[in-house]
Amino acid sequence: MALAGIFLLLFLPVHLGINLMLLKTDPKPFNNVAHFMATFPLIKIFEVVLLGTILIHIFYGIWVQIQNWLARPVGYVSGNKAETSFFSKFMIWTGATILTFLILHFFNFYFIRLGLVPGNPEDFYSVAHSLFKIPAYNYIYLICFVLLGFHLYHAFYSAFQTLGLNHRIWTPLVKVIALIYAIVLPAGFALISVTLWLFR
Amino acid sequence: MKLILKIWRQKNSKSKGSFVTYIMDDVSPEMSFLEMLDALNKKLVEADKDPVAFDHDCREGICGSCGMYINGHPHGPVPAITTCHLSMRYFKDGETIWIEPWRAKPFPVIKDLIVDRSAFDKIQIAGGFISVNAGAAPEANSILVQKKKSDDAFDSSICIGCGACVAACKNASAMLFVSAKISQFARLPQGRIEARERVRAMVKKMDEVGFGNCSNTGACEAECPKQIKIKNIALLNREFYKAF
Repeated sequence: MALAGIFLLLFLPVHLGINLMLLKTDPKPFNNVAHFMATFPLIKIFEVVLLGTILIHIFYGIWVQIQNWLARPVGYVSGNKAETSFFSKFMIWTGATILTFLILHFFNFYFIRLGLVPGNPEDFYSVAHSLFKIPAYNYIYLICFVLLGFHLYHAFYSAFQTLGLNHRIWTPLVKVIALIYAIVLPAGFALISVTLWLFR
Repeated sequence: MKLILKIWRQKNSKSKGSFVTYIMDDVSPEMSFLEMLDALNKKLVEADKDPVAFDHDCREGICGSCGMYINGHPHGPVPAITTCHLSMRYFKDGETIWIEPWRAKPFPVIKDLIVDRSAFDKIQIAGGFISVNAGAAPEANSILVQKKKSDDAFDSSICIGCGACVAACKNASAMLFVSAKISQFARLPQGRIEARERVRAMVKKMDEVGFGNCSNTGACEAECPKQIKIKNIALLNREFYKAF
């Protein structure tokens, strides 16, 4: 779970870096990178590993959550008032929202490349620009990325703890980096959404 | 003090329980929480009614028996104390207090507020010990232990096995308890000898008896009456990885 999560944490900045090219007025750089990502053999291997990682993370997460629900068949009437990280309580739900968005994202882009959905896989720049002109898509996109930030904030710290890395000095630093990561990364994606929606 | 008590009453493990409301008009702020329950039970017995069953033993905060869930917190709303040390002065006059048993599948309710915590015993029996020949106490300086490690091992060893970590965890996970038991041995040279077998056996038993999984929320650390730290869980994870 933690290893799969860390892999995804490393992948997201790469994805953001490519997506930032959508802010350019020239579609070529983005489309060239998209073409490279779709055709370069090493990336194809990476793509399989990434899909596998996503599936492991999803199914293992669901399995663990089911076990957790079964471990407490009767809940408390007076609730749970323990002082804990707010975001850690809703990982399954923020995760489920991200999964829903991921399915939508696959329909919009990945399935076009696989030929399952009609569209031009050589011009994802135009596909993205036309999607971000739809207000409802932007609303969904922005909500999902806020929830992604919530998910990442706990996930970043939690991965270290699960791997046995807890230190008097370094763990507080990890939590600060987690906060920065969980704000900057979704903000980067949101910047693209808002810019293409309102200013292009 | 006047208090409205909403207490979980359940005749036995098979019956269906419910909350029963009791009004206490004459609670002294100097009473401990258990003394307040004693006073309630005195009234119930005098009225020829079944007293509220709750676990207790030492009433000094070290036996770990008096676990109950009070107003959304294991051992009540005051940090770092057990229910027996919880004073009634922490409650307001006229306050409604919800009192529930620990809720976890491996801790079935026996009666009212008493739960069967033998799942913890099973985990301990699986590996929470050091195999040594019993005999005369060995010479204290024959195995030297670094002061920091000794202190950390002691901090882990003060876990009283009350089950508050399980009660507080949204997943009913026993990781803090198991990690405390693992850590107290893993940090000492005497415990290193069986470290591999110990962690595998205790984690296996923990899963077998049906506790949930740790999702690092930190609720256990926040609610532990002995302030056991979740850095022990990280150490448990390290020990577990090393064991394979």
